[in-house]
Amino acid sequence: MRESLPGFCHYGRVRRGEETRGIGVIVDNQKSNIRMMQGNSACAEGAIAAGCRFFAGYPITPSSEIAEDLAEKLPAIGGNFIQMEDEIAAMGAVIGASLTGVKSLTATSGPGFSLKQENIGFAAMTEVPVVIVNVMRGGPSTGLPTHTSQGDVMQARWGSHGDSGIIVLCPASVEEMFYMTVKAFNFSEKFRTPVILLPDEIIGHLTERIELPDYALLEIVNRSKPIVPPEKYLPYEMVESDIPPMAFFGEGYRYHVTGLAHDETGFPTNDPEKVEEQIRRINRKIERYRDEIVEVEDVFTEDMDVFVVAYGSTARSAKRAVMIARENGIKAGLLRLKTLWPFPDKEIEKIYRRANKIVVPEMNLGQIAHEVEWATRREKPVIRVNHVNGEPLTPKEIYERIKG
Amino acid sequence: MIMDYLYYLRKDKMPHIWCDGCGNGIILKSILRVIDKLGWKKDDIALVSGIGCSSRTPGYVDFNTLHTTHGRALAFATGLKIAKPNLHVIVVSGDGDSTAIGGNHFIHACRRNIDISMVIFNNYIYGMTGGQVSPTTPTGKKATTAPYGNPDAPFDISLLAQGAGAAFVARTTVQQYARMDKFIEMAFTHKGFSVVEVLTPCPTSYGRKNKEGNGVTMLEYQKQNAVTIERAAKLSPEELQGKLVTGIFVDRDQPTYLERYDNVRNKAKKAIPKVRDGENYAIQI
Repeated sequence: MRESLPGFCHYGRVRRGEETRGIGVIVDNQKSNIRMMQGNSACAEGAIAAGCRFFAGYPITPSSEIAEDLAEKLPAIGGNFIQMEDEIAAMGAVIGASLTGVKSLTATSGPGFSLKQENIGFAAMTEVPVVIVNVMRGGPSTGLPTHTSQGDVMQARWGSHGDSGIIVLCPASVEEMFYMTVKAFNFSEKFRTPVILLPDEIIGHLTERIELPDYALLEIVNRSKPIVPPEKYLPYEMVESDIPPMAFFGEGYRYHVTGLAHDETGFPTNDPEKVEEQIRRINRKIERYRDEIVEVEDVFTEDMDVFVVAYGSTARSAKRAVMIARENGIKAGLLRLKTLWPFPDKEIEKIYRRANKIVVPEMNLGQIAHEVEWATRREKPVIRVNHVNGEPLTPKEIYERIKG
Repeated sequence: MIMDYLYYLRKDKMPHIWCDGCGNGIILKSILRVIDKLGWKKDDIALVSGIGCSSRTPGYVDFNTLHTTHGRALAFATGLKIAKPNLHVIVVSGDGDSTAIGGNHFIHACRRNIDISMVIFNNYIYGMTGGQVSPTTPTGKKATTAPYGNPDAPFDISLLAQGAGAAFVARTTVQQYARMDKFIEMAFTHKGFSVVEVLTPCPTSYGRKNKEGNGVTMLEYQKQNAVTIERAAKLSPEELQGKLVTGIFVDRDQPTYLERYDNVRNKAKKAIPKVRDGENYAIQI
């Protein structure tokens, strides 16, 4: 039952007049930064706060409000919004814009996300920072456009071809949509990599209270630019940090960007050693900073018999289920995954032995449950609680499996 | 003074991958001659391509160069141009790249009329992948994936661009190199989306399969069969068989995407008052 989700207002949209929507407003003369806002609007607002000035997209439910809000706001602040002819073009355009130094965003949902995958791989290979939002809807194929799902968790990690690291963040509230969008930009800029924000439809369309910060006080990361003269610049140099500085197109550093395997100069190479070196580096730059990237929320895991692992809107039901369990004398604990990739295996490893069984509720047929089994070495039974019918998992359903 | 091609080339990336008798090098030289004539700075030029023989061009020239995914050059170029309008954005593409996998981007770039110049190297074949049939391969001609002759009807790229709304469209053969220089210069200086389709011989994949001889024979064919649009208008359909119609198809002045978006920006600024300046200012709606 949808009503049972705490703090969940179904498909609400705040309107402040016929022609305008109640989207992200921070005005100096207003004392309060507290708003009622939709998740997708909070994402658009977070992008602007992070410094995003370019959006290219193709409309797809349930992500379109991100595009709609940015179409309204970006031109007013000197940015650009463009609705491209398809999802593939949109992904290409954000990479092109980002090459000139402009922070760029695209937003989509499952089917569109699949179309973008080739160019997401291009961004990973060429190390161009971009943020991709995939508001997950029911699948496979066209599936359930207006209903929720968590079916793209594996696609986010493995959807593109070849081996490349990826960062995937998963918000569970409107406020997190804002902050995680900022964080997604920061990670993409810092690590020169595509970053995926992966809310499910419930979070995208949820309208709830959000307290917006003063944007001037937000921590904003910008990509590091080369300090060497152009003739000495190597765009893919094997630097100590594994993250080479990035020159912008049109600023005097003429270099070559290609999706082909390349050496540190950026030009294509078939030299096995150089190819391996670069591919390993683009993976390593995420692996070695994984502790800085990975974030989890821990609820009552100090003493637990039942360990629940959940993410996105499902984690809200799971949290309620854990509370109900505690009220009924069952020691349950929850680990909410805020980062999905790199997978928080260390965080799970640290605590799973405290419990006798593990419950993984998710709105797919067990994509993350499989990862949890790996992280826990199958030492404890992992019980899956799944839906693929477009309906949210309720606290009651999860509680039944905690109890039983 | 004779221009120095080497000034624009990445000498250490030579030799190039193109086969003997290929016309791509002739087009590359034409592009460089025009850039030299226009006096554009190397730093202000972005050369973008997709995948294929033609699309390896950016690797050889000393500009900001971007070799993208198959068919998507125009999408990347659109982002580049919008985000940095002072860049001269040039797209080089092949017939397969621009009208098969990239067909959608092509017609929409024409419609959008964004200020990008595109040079299409049309050799009627997929050269790099070994001679498979392309959307411009004439009906009945052979290719590795059309061993009994191409059953499909071909695209006329220039007419397609004209119909889709490009601001400037011209077609030439590599054999008419002076004309190619002229058309490319007109395209590079034309406001809006401009297309130059250059017919270029591929003796290795297309010529061999269809018994059309080597590069020289294929150039001879171009010389004997190129007709202007004006002359073509006087010929019957039978007389036009096998002829290569060249000339300027479109030369029109129309508002560009960036000009139209400036209007959007002005309206948006009026609709949404700014309340605080700086990098991360907030706005009121």
